[in-house]
Amino acid sequence: MAHTKNYKRVYVWQLPVRIFHWANALSIVVLSITGFLISNPPAFMSNAEAFDTFWMGQVRAIHFIAAYVFFGAMILRIYWAFAGNKFAHWKAFWPFSKKGIKNIIHVLKHDIFLLPEKNPNINDISIGHNYMATTAYILMFLFGLIMVFTGFGLYSDNATWWLPKLFAWVPSFVGGDFNARMLHHVSMWFIIFIIIIHVYLVLYHDWLEGRGEASSMFSGFKFVRKERVDENDE
Amino acid sequence: MATQKKRDTYLQAIIKQGYSRRDFMKFTTYMAAYMGLQNSAIGQITEALETTPRLPVIWEHYQECTCCSESFIRSDHPIVADIILDKISLDYTETLMAAAGEQAEAAKHDTMKKYHGEYILCVEGSIPTKDDGNYCCIAGKTAIQHFKEAAEGAKAIIAWGSCASNGCVQSAAPNPTGATPIHKFVHNKPLIRVPGCPPIGEVMAGVIVHVVAFGKLPELDRMNRPKAFYAKRVHDSCYRRAYYDAGLFAENFDDENAKKGYCLYKVGCKGPMTYNSCGTIKWNNGVSYPIQSGHGCIGCSEDDFWDNGPLYERLTALPGFGIESTADSVGKAVAGALAVGIGVHAIAGTIAKRKDVKRRVTKGQENEEHLKDE
Ligand code: HEM
Ligand code: SF4
Ligand code: SF4
Repeated sequence: MAHTKNYKRVYVWQLPVRIFHWANALSIVVLSITGFLISNPPAFMSNAEAFDTFWMGQVRAIHFIAAYVFFGAMILRIYWAFAGNKFAHWKAFWPFSKKGIKNIIHVLKHDIFLLPEKNPNINDISIGHNYMATTAYILMFLFGLIMVFTGFGLYSDNATWWLPKLFAWVPSFVGGDFNARMLHHVSMWFIIFIIIIHVYLVLYHDWLEGRGEASSMFSGFKFVRKERVDENDE
Repeated sequence: MATQKKRDTYLQAIIKQGYSRRDFMKFTTYMAAYMGLQNSAIGQITEALETTPRLPVIWEHYQECTCCSESFIRSDHPIVADIILDKISLDYTETLMAAAGEQAEAAKHDTMKKYHGEYILCVEGSIPTKDDGNYCCIAGKTAIQHFKEAAEGAKAIIAWGSCASNGCVQSAAPNPTGATPIHKFVHNKPLIRVPGCPPIGEVMAGVIVHVVAFGKLPELDRMNRPKAFYAKRVHDSCYRRAYYDAGLFAENFDDENAKKGYCLYKVGCKGPMTYNSCGTIKWNNGVSYPIQSGHGCIGCSEDDFWDNGPLYERLTALPGFGIESTADSVGKAVAGALAVGIGVHAIAGTIAKRKDVKRRVTKGQENEEHLKDE
């Protein structure tokens, strides 16, 4: 009879991380849908007077509300990168260490390019993020920053609150509203690309490893082999 | 100063022109209103124009079409054209001066010498830099030489219009003459950019009256544009804005919705990205402005507006991807490629990892068996 690995339930994603994840996901979906509508609104109405509807105004309002959610979640996550557990810590994201590079090569070779593992090494199993993923999240964070800076920059001109006003310099910095909107629009596509890959790889790992990858973002727990946990190494 | 004594004040010049004091007062009131100043400023402008001797102005023309001058001489109040431009010691301007040839060049150099450090340099047009600047030569010298010479003794420099402010059409890709806006050449002088193709005449008048009346530049934004005129987007003062917010758009210039006066966003209006006063001051003495006449804003006062996508479509142009590509078409193509890649990876993964997965699944099933045993 084959011997089954002993798995331990490990608390990986603390509540703030999960709140961030879903607030971020939800706001990005809302921001992308409303963003596409702002960028290219359908002209499905005619014979109406301007006082009959306000839908474009509402789409923009939803965009701006979701923008605050997106920004708020981002700030929460930055805070948690210092206050959270080791899986949430900013150090866990930095891929440019010997360990990080080694892990990226491993993930590329065996997860992405599907090469068979001759001598599986227990340390190649990531409990939290793998370093390939954190590299993608750093990119995602940078595009999120571009969204926040250009978005609030465009917004600031009509804002009365000091917070968006802080970004008033952005459009002139990038050469005007044209460029700001172009950056805003193009960065959205990059975020969409990253999300497509992200969702696929989560499902792929969930299928391949069977240790609760997808559900971990709801429950917070992943399942890790006892030997790996005993290593007591992130 | 001897030279200053000989110069009339603005008021004296205006009266000499045959205007009454009442006309003059109306003029200063207009100007204060355009500049967005409060009532008390009318008195300040009036006093300044009564007492300050006229400032010498040198107005240079380089790579341009003279639409800025045309716009300026049509500004709302005749005094603007008559006094500020034509009669107020406009010591040198190719378009309007009576002198020509060597005589004109001599007059210019005279002014530059006599009023060194005092005159205002107005520049209309961009400066070509490719091939030693050969693409714009006046009186045997290139625009670069002319500009450097004139800028040297200027008190302040005004960049009229999009050509001087951002290069306008002649700097559109591939910019064959290397057309360059003038702020790239000056670094240690006060400089005002007054973009627009052309700028609104009243805006130009407001800027120059501010400079001559107060002896200093108006309040400028981060891009050196006078805040009084460039602080708001055309979109934010557009009378069609209610249609935008209501989501009522014209899709064609001759459809029913266009006739109803719906918002022109979908036919390429660039008002949402363009800072200018068209929606408030308007054109041709406040008669109308492009959007009111049924044409979208083309963003003429924004940097590189020629290279920012088609004028009659609402598209996000992608620099470096050719004119047919937009951010969305490239985005869709990449997303499609990703989907195909994922499909291939999923199939290949199912094959490559089938043993691993099978092993795990088998073990899991065995565990399940054990559960039954217990
Ligand atoms: C993932 C995040 C976001 C996505 C995907 C997104 C998407 C978009 C898109 C596609 C547009 C239309 C751009 C165009 O084609 O010209 C847009 C417009 C805009 N977005 Fe965002 N956005 C995001 C975040 C933000 C944030 C954080 C703000 C901050 C307030 C913001 C503010 C704006 C503003 C002000 C506009 C212009 C709306 C207008 O002028 O009517 N966006 N957004
Ligand atoms: S016509 Fe242009 S400037 Fe006016 S509301 Fe529509 S998009 Fe804005
Ligand atoms: S409406 Fe736009 S394109 Fe037309 S003059 Fe004004 S800023 Fe220029």
